[in-house]
Amino acid sequence: MLSFLVSRLLSAAIVVLGVSCLVFLFIHIVPGDPVEVMLGESARPADREALRQALGLDQPLLTQMGHYYSNLFQLDLGTSLYSQRPIVEMLMERIPATAELAFAALVVAMVIAFPLGVLAAVRKGSRWDQGAMGLSLVGVSIPNFLMGPLLILLFSLWLGWFPVSGREGFASLVLPALTLGTAMAAILSRMVRATLLETLHEDYIRTARAKGLSESVVVWRHAMRNALLPVITLLGLQLGTLLGGAVITEVVFSWPGLGQLTIEAIQRRDYPVVQACVLLISFTYVVVNTLTDLVYGWLDPRVRLEGGR
Amino acid sequence: MIRRWWPLAILLVWAFFALFGGLLGLAPDHIQLPKILQPPGVDNALGYDDLGRPLWDRLAAGAQTSFLVAIVVVAVSLLVGTLVGTISAYVGGWWDHVMVRVIDIFLAFPGILLAIALAGLLGPGINNVIIALSVVGWVGFARLARAQVLTIKQREHVQAAQALGTVPHRIILFHILPLIMAPIIVEATFAVAGAVISEAGLSYLGLGVQPPEASWGSMIRDGARYLLVAPHMVIVPGVALMLVVLAVNLLGDQLRDKLDVRTRNRKE
Repeated sequence: MLSFLVSRLLSAAIVVLGVSCLVFLFIHIVPGDPVEVMLGESARPADREALRQALGLDQPLLTQMGHYYSNLFQLDLGTSLYSQRPIVEMLMERIPATAELAFAALVVAMVIAFPLGVLAAVRKGSRWDQGAMGLSLVGVSIPNFLMGPLLILLFSLWLGWFPVSGREGFASLVLPALTLGTAMAAILSRMVRATLLETLHEDYIRTARAKGLSESVVVWRHAMRNALLPVITLLGLQLGTLLGGAVITEVVFSWPGLGQLTIEAIQRRDYPVVQACVLLISFTYVVVNTLTDLVYGWLDPRVRLEGGR
Repeated sequence: MIRRWWPLAILLVWAFFALFGGLLGLAPDHIQLPKILQPPGVDNALGYDDLGRPLWDRLAAGAQTSFLVAIVVVAVSLLVGTLVGTISAYVGGWWDHVMVRVIDIFLAFPGILLAIALAGLLGPGINNVIIALSVVGWVGFARLARAQVLTIKQREHVQAAQALGTVPHRIILFHILPLIMAPIIVEATFAVAGAVISEAGLSYLGLGVQPPEASWGSMIRDGARYLLVAPHMVIVPGVALMLVVLAVNLLGDQLRDKLDVRTRNRKE
């Protein structure tokens, strides 16, 4: 277990290092002079020079990188060019909204995907299966930025049940969570179906049936419990879809989270904020993935004995 | 039978408008003020947008954008990714270790986030969309190709070729690549769906093609402002986008069954 733990943490550390390095290089891929792009062409030379110095862009690349990492370790992400506020403070304000949305979407996804996936697996090949999987394929094919406006049209504008946008109270959470959750449910239901189908072929399921247990006990008590483990791992991996999708969903609903901040910062050419947002979202993803891996290894000895990857 | 053919039919229509739309005399930028926000109808085809431009023509122009981006992005990703993954697995050693890390690092950016950031930094425009999506896209192919080659290079026919002194690039080209083509093609099909959605997504965020050029994504964004008075502005490009993506996904499923490929769970 210890070597498994160490190897997983080590590879997570390498990934984090690589991600931060890529993000550091962001400002250097801006075509032309990033300072000019950020301040606009009409900026005074003195202001440009000041910003160049503030960002350290007048230093050699390696020195810049040294500063970047030493600041990062002190959790100092710099200040926003637009609002002049510390970026860490801005991120802290936005985290609750994104966390709330992601959690709600996860609940929506599980509530839809589990019954759908189980139904499809138990009645494999039937009309139920085809219907459920057809539905999931349609779900995969509707992007968030289409699902969102359609839900707004139906539930906000025509029926008037939920607010169009913003974050005020539970009602405003429903549509964003549905948008993000259904997208994930579409993928998750396929996984539930596939994993459960695999489990249903196991010998112990045949034994359970031979004992004369009812089908629902076989499926829910014997098969589902074992199918759940891989599904939970996949759920951890799918968090990427969730976090990435949240960026667009937040824009659709003016949900004041990290995704919206990212896009606002891009539009204002506030590159330090863009860097910080991308870093935070990716780090979250890496941490959750690593935790999922570790928990899975802890629960299922076969995983850690395989070692490596 | 119809179930089988309609995805292909949709894709042919999409490709037709993308390739030959220019010959149809479409006028996606033609502004007709009296027709502003008019809904679809007998005289109006698919209706008009907030500037009085015909949605049918813009839809066809948007097809060109999405088709071009999808084809180029998937072609570049496939070539680069397959090459990197294959060589990495075949050569092995420290080079392979490094490549695995690089792939892991790229996969650590959730979903479309890296493409959004890159497109935002590079600035708007169709070329930058293609660059941003290709930078993200090659990784999936590299990982798949690497995994496939790792198993195939153990096979006897490869060992026989090695024993006969065949040069590595011949072994890769003639003894390994043909065997990994099936899963790569299936992956490429799904990648087309992903690229179409991503292009529209970037354009929705204002990071894709710039006005007055048309993209289904920017059409949806423009339409979202007039949702109550002119829902057709969202529904028309939305349905087109959904149908194309659905058709590509269905085609991918069919191909996978036909080529008998057991793919890993797709991670996007």
